[in-house]
Amino acid sequence: MSEITQKPVFSKKTGFSADLLWTMGPIILALLLTTLALVAIGADPLKAYTTLWNGAFGSPEKLGSVIDAWVPLVFCSVGLLVTFTAGLWNIGIEGQIVMGAIGAAWVARTFDLPAEILIALMFIGGALGGAAWALLAGALKVYGRVHEIFGGLGLNFVAMGVTLYLIIGPWKRAGIASTSGTEPFRPAAWLLNFPGLTVGPVEIILAIISLALIYFALRGTLWGLQLKAIGKNARSAFWLGIPTSRHMLGAFAVCGVFAGLAGAEQASGVWARLIPAISGGYGYLAILVVLLSGFRAPLVPFVAFFFAAVSKGSISLPLDLQVDSALGGVLQGVVVLLFVLSQGVRAKWTQTLSS
Amino acid sequence: MSKRVLLVVTIFVIAGIIAACAPAPTATPVAKPITFGVVLVGPYNDHGWSEAHYTAAQYVKSKLPGSDFIYIDKLNPADRPGMTLEQVVNDMKSKGVRLILTTSDDFQTDTIAIAPKFPDITFINASGDSAWKDGKNYKDIKNLGNFMGKMEYMKMVAGCAAALSTQTGKMGFLGPLINDETRRLADAAYLGAKYCWTTYAKKNAADLKFDVKWIGFWFNIPGVTLDPTKVANDFFNAGNDVVISGIDTTEALVVTGQRQAKGEKVWAVSYDYKEGCNEAPNACLGVPYFNWGPAYLKTVKEFQAGTWKPSWDWNGPDWANLDNPDTGAVGFTFGKGLTDANKTTVQQFIKGLGDGSINLWKGPITLQDGTVYVKEGAVATDKEIWYLPQLLQGMTGQSAPTK
Repeated sequence: MSEITQKPVFSKKTGFSADLLWTMGPIILALLLTTLALVAIGADPLKAYTTLWNGAFGSPEKLGSVIDAWVPLVFCSVGLLVTFTAGLWNIGIEGQIVMGAIGAAWVARTFDLPAEILIALMFIGGALGGAAWALLAGALKVYGRVHEIFGGLGLNFVAMGVTLYLIIGPWKRAGIASTSGTEPFRPAAWLLNFPGLTVGPVEIILAIISLALIYFALRGTLWGLQLKAIGKNARSAFWLGIPTSRHMLGAFAVCGVFAGLAGAEQASGVWARLIPAISGGYGYLAILVVLLSGFRAPLVPFVAFFFAAVSKGSISLPLDLQVDSALGGVLQGVVVLLFVLSQGVRAKWTQTLSS
Repeated sequence: MSKRVLLVVTIFVIAGIIAACAPAPTATPVAKPITFGVVLVGPYNDHGWSEAHYTAAQYVKSKLPGSDFIYIDKLNPADRPGMTLEQVVNDMKSKGVRLILTTSDDFQTDTIAIAPKFPDITFINASGDSAWKDGKNYKDIKNLGNFMGKMEYMKMVAGCAAALSTQTGKMGFLGPLINDETRRLADAAYLGAKYCWTTYAKKNAADLKFDVKWIGFWFNIPGVTLDPTKVANDFFNAGNDVVISGIDTTEALVVTGQRQAKGEKVWAVSYDYKEGCNEAPNACLGVPYFNWGPAYLKTVKEFQAGTWKPSWDWNGPDWANLDNPDTGAVGFTFGKGLTDANKTTVQQFIKGLGDGSINLWKGPITLQDGTVYVKEGAVATDKEIWYLPQLLQGMTGQSAPTK
């Protein structure tokens, strides 16, 4: 698994300009490709990009909604930094978000408490739900020899099934059988937003704390160092006396905690109820964020912001131009694809040059 | 921070500056007196529920000079993950929209929740009941109204056409999710079917099989709902020869068309959209459809004149001319699958419904569990019709969510 955690090559020998070229190249190429796609469907590319921009930053409310998407992306990316460091592809993160939302929803539906305590408990419930689900994927890998990609994918489907079962089963609305969602939580379970915005201070602060915590934990602790060793070469790490199984399970659990926080935040702050697609695809998107960040925590908030802006900005495309908002997803996907590709090409190129 | 970190940060900052210098978007021309917003749950071209709403918005645009609309379609968490109604409303608000129609039952909860946060915007939730003072879900919100068409009458017509056409006496009702609206409409279809089966076809009510299956949402969401294509095929495989669609999209008719092309004697009744038979004309007995245009136009005009007040309007058909686009809220398009003789009978049935000589809401109406809901001699009130709690005796299928 070591090849997947390979850091993007930034050679000390080549200068800043070469680095710039290798980073900007894919982005410019991605823009070109997306522009071609726009031309092909008969839309005005310049208009599309300005619409995208204004859709993300045109007003304080819009910026608010970008931050609203930034929060779960950061939570998930933070978790994925841990699993990636340990050399693990935690594709099951989507299911972990869902389980976090279910944990939070259970707390909200079960306890009638003042808002501060209830919301704190919801986040704890979410963290536990996410961690438990991640540990399941971890256990499948460590004890069942099921690769975490397949285990995670499977568990994502199971998590979806559990949500659906709860929504049209035990948690159904009176007299209604719809997969639309549960009854809204009591108002005490709603995260408070800034006036007029769809995002509030609690989740932003939590996301920043999470990021800082994992940055320092991965950088400055023995735990972080050992995870890195496992990520580079699990077998040698094991022979060097690092308890690899325990650390892998730990990495899954930690990632699950943050995914669970994202789920709790979605349930409490965005939907105020449980819905089937509560993960919002933020888990998968966060994988792209971490890839494009080159597995570096300090870059995560910026790349996450870029992804959040493209996601939210693309809402305006169908409104203004009748261009499908999937264009945003195309742009995000192509950027990451080309970036990863360029890293590979560069590695090969430098190799050829030096030999 | 390392050099690489610095580098990427720099790139983002530069990109930001470049983008900020990009030309500002062309603002919506102020000359237009009114632009209203329409929020659709499905694709605007779904040949069903959402297209009927989209068509109504176009109707207003053509009837009211200077009016225009913007819309967002597919607003559901499967198609647009993470996008909430509130974000859409914010977006529309920033484009100067002050009248927004949220056109699905699925938006009722959110519309109720956000309307008080946007006191300067007027909301209409189509198919909802929160503005109905006598209703069970009344909320006193100054900027939120409802309208809905009396589709139950056209569902009766649909049921009638189905009952006259069936050779096996077995029909299936492809239902969306279970709630007041869908129970009401499934029940109405059965009442129409039973009436025509016994009165015109002169058969025994007990020999009419009417099976209801719910897919879980208004349209197919893979992995979330049952697949309507599969459910429709299952109906036919189980010996039904007519499927009545109750969902937003046209799968039932498409499946029926495919099976008819293979030589099977099967038919479907489509739903929602005036041209809903076009997917498979020969397999189509007809389509009970919504004609939202007049209600849209009335609302926009009232809003423009400043006379709009919250109300709950349950608008009926124009019995004198069911297909008049400027009057009735619901209508029925006959399909090529209906024989001429049966068409004549259905027209006779419609006439009876229109002049009041046929009233299928007259008791006795018995619920699925055997409870008498409307007593002999009584007629169901609006409230009893709107909030029908179960399927009716004689129908099979789930009435309410599993306990």
